[in-house]
Amino acid sequence: MEIPYTISTRPDTGLWNAKIGIWLFLASEVMLFGGLFSAYVFLRLDAQPGEWPHGLLNVPIGTMNTAVLILSSVTVVLAWAALKMRRYNAYWWYMLATISCGIIFLFVKLYFEWPQKFSHYGVFIKPAAREKYEQYLGNHRRDEKGLEPRIEITGHLENHEALTDPNVKEYEIALDPVNADPDNPSNDRPHFIPLPATDKVAKIEKADVERMDSFGPWHSAYFASYFTITGLHGAHVLGGVLVFLYMWLPVSKKVYQRNPEHLANRVEVAGLFWHFVDLIWIFVFPLFYLL
Amino acid sequence: MDDSTSLPPSHGFGATGETHAEHHHEAGHEHEHHELGFWRKYIFSTDHKVIGIQYGLCGLVFLFLGFTLMMMMRWQLAYPGQPLPLIGKFLPLIFGANSMPDGKMTPEFYNSLGAMHGTIMIFLGVVPLAFAAFGNFVVPLQIGAPDMTFPKVNAASFWAFAVGGAIMLISFFVPGGAAKGGWTSYTPLSDISDKGPGFNLIFNGQSLWLIGFIFLITSSLLGAVNFITTIIQLRAKGLTWMRLPFFVWAQFVTAFLLLLAFPPLEAAIIMQLMDRTAATSFFLPAGMIVNGAPLHISGGGSPLLWQHLFWFLGHPEVYVLILPAFGIVGEILANNSRKPLWGYKSLVFSVLVIGFLSFIVWAHHMWLTGMGSTVSAFFQTTTLLISIPSVIILSAFFISLWGGSIRFNVPMLWVTAFLPMFGIGGLTGIPLAFNSADLYLHDTYYVIAHFHYIVAPGTIFGLFAGIYYWYPKATGRMMSEFWGKVHFWPSLICMNVIFLPMFLQGMLGMHRRWYDGGQGWTLAGEHIWGLSGFQWNTPISWAAWIMGLAQIPFIINFFWSIKHGKKVNDNPWEATTLEWTAPNRPPHGNFVTTPVAYRGPYEYSLPGRDKDFTMQNEPVDPSERSRKTSEPALVH
Repeated sequence: MEIPYTISTRPDTGLWNAKIGIWLFLASEVMLFGGLFSAYVFLRLDAQPGEWPHGLLNVPIGTMNTAVLILSSVTVVLAWAALKMRRYNAYWWYMLATISCGIIFLFVKLYFEWPQKFSHYGVFIKPAAREKYEQYLGNHRRDEKGLEPRIEITGHLENHEALTDPNVKEYEIALDPVNADPDNPSNDRPHFIPLPATDKVAKIEKADVERMDSFGPWHSAYFASYFTITGLHGAHVLGGVLVFLYMWLPVSKKVYQRNPEHLANRVEVAGLFWHFVDLIWIFVFPLFYLL
Repeated sequence: MDDSTSLPPSHGFGATGETHAEHHHEAGHEHEHHELGFWRKYIFSTDHKVIGIQYGLCGLVFLFLGFTLMMMMRWQLAYPGQPLPLIGKFLPLIFGANSMPDGKMTPEFYNSLGAMHGTIMIFLGVVPLAFAAFGNFVVPLQIGAPDMTFPKVNAASFWAFAVGGAIMLISFFVPGGAAKGGWTSYTPLSDISDKGPGFNLIFNGQSLWLIGFIFLITSSLLGAVNFITTIIQLRAKGLTWMRLPFFVWAQFVTAFLLLLAFPPLEAAIIMQLMDRTAATSFFLPAGMIVNGAPLHISGGGSPLLWQHLFWFLGHPEVYVLILPAFGIVGEILANNSRKPLWGYKSLVFSVLVIGFLSFIVWAHHMWLTGMGSTVSAFFQTTTLLISIPSVIILSAFFISLWGGSIRFNVPMLWVTAFLPMFGIGGLTGIPLAFNSADLYLHDTYYVIAHFHYIVAPGTIFGLFAGIYYWYPKATGRMMSEFWGKVHFWPSLICMNVIFLPMFLQGMLGMHRRWYDGGQGWTLAGEHIWGLSGFQWNTPISWAAWIMGLAQIPFIINFFWSIKHGKKVNDNPWEATTLEWTAPNRPPHGNFVTTPVAYRGPYEYSLPGRDKDFTMQNEPVDPSERSRKTSEPALVH
């Protein structure tokens, strides 16, 4: 006995096997990312005033990546439709476009967005010393306006030896605009297009520093969730790209020649997964880049 | 049993004419090899029955291993600080010099044993056996399917489980030993545990525990997707939802629990792994001081978050453990009372309601965390609600016995023992559901006794029943009745000697994680312990060791009967469900003729028949219909 309904549909359910399988798998994935997003909400609600960073990610790059993923979701549907119309060449090109979009997305994440963070530093000032660095924090004005206090001075580290050498007593930080000009009202909200670090260098005594870290996962609950969720999402993008690659390579043309519907079904299932990965990003983008 | 001989002449009847050719192409390559080699047939098999047996054997081995860890702990509880006789000298050779110097168990090693006992028993023993093994072997046969819908995914599920299990075992042998944070791995303790000198980022007990879990979760995800799809898509013709055997329903709901409850734990495990390897602070609040020095961490995390995510899995997991046992019990009960299962529809809906409610009761494990009374009130209410369907199920089982002509064969003995044992476990849970009572009982031996009554004499008795019951289908032979009884009676007695006194110990305030079994309290002058409390440790431990011995007849019986058991026909229990229409040791593809179901699963003792069971594939005789309407008085 063969396993029935692998390609054709079962009359009373109207479905073929893998279609149920993928929807169940996606339900499970929703719970996985749901767990992580709940953790994000839980930690963010728990954060002390000033502790949750804002405006540290590159919004235009994120917007571009969003567009790239949405575009790939369109091309994968076109690829599937091309198979349904038995136009293998069109399928081949649409699939290539989908795969390219996935690779562009991963490239931007891994070679641009993530590494940028590791060379960017934040210095948390002890509460007692915050008055001393008022010129970089601008908390007097923020108090008056009822805004959350700033507790961190960010920028590029000029003296990297300070990280390891206990004899160096100060961090020299080339300041981000927000700390270079803290009282400027335009810095109260994150900038859509991120401004580069300024030439202004602040010297911060180690004795006044509570903690000093690069913008890695160890920096804060915010970056911990950012790296974990975007990392897991990136792994899903990579998985999708690999599956599509398999369906695009000549191996799968044999499946098409034997039964075009079989390949169309496979693309449909992988496409559903791809839409889901896209959807996760639609949540990631506002939660981390915009809010 | 190669395919060329096993493929029936009616091969292909299951598919409609037009799709048959496609199927043949798709799965064809598996059937082109007429002789699968040993490795493909028994090790890297994609046949659901082989995978089920693989899962079953691994599950049994892990169950015994988990029990062995506990037998070692029971020595320390009964005779605290005394060297373990005989094997005590050799254990340091296996577990490292710091585990049991001079045969005396160290507190760290005791904690490792406790954590791994829970982990192994639940995730490597009972779940693989109850869900994966029985589900794989029995469900496709019961629904008249040739295999699972995704055989390769099924094999991947087993191998992910095997890798996860291996990682858990390896963790005993890394420096520092296996995880010590309890099976719940509460943070912040488990975030920072095992981070002593010589700490390796990956090869330490807790990190390996987390990595092993990722594989186990992957395994159960693949299994769950496969089970649900199989039950939806591959039911035989005529096998409508309300004609499914109760066991299939139980597995169906269990699969949903695994599918949806495990991923949040996976999320939590990923976060804890990040905490341990990438210096994040998901579960660490600011200002942590370890060994007198402040930790260099960002803080801003929440230990409570771990508990929420853990118990979001942890509670549905309880039902993952018990629902398959319910299913097995239902099958065997109907079969051996020679009566239809009482209240089939109520049973099905109760299982569905349990499945749903089990997702919204998790915080009753967390009464002591100070969540607030509003949250507690909500979870207290849902917890009491979920006891209703559980009571319905148990009542329906009891009523099923009423008026039956009961056969007390070995499977039935285990099942009849299951009913009161599960009853004790369930009823003693009610005080724990009330947060006021739980404030006192929390983390005492009372809790241990309560949930062990559910999973040990409850679930595991159900599993033993299932093994004795379906053994003939897998091997073509019966297990010995006599040795089955030699296995059953000591197990039943010992179980109760072990767990009943624990209620007393718990109510006297004995804490579940005490390394010296409460010795410290006696030394402190707390002379409240008579044989009603602390001194029960010794009899409990002896009962545990005797129960270990009582498993030997089972092990011998299990392997001996493969070759030497009594040969039986395809339906030795005179049962009604479809798996008994398949030949014993069903070939690849399972059935000789494609089964068609004409009736419900438990048509026992139909009046006017010459035998007392009517199988699901027996067509309905027109005379049956008319009799039902004309003589209602006989059918009540």
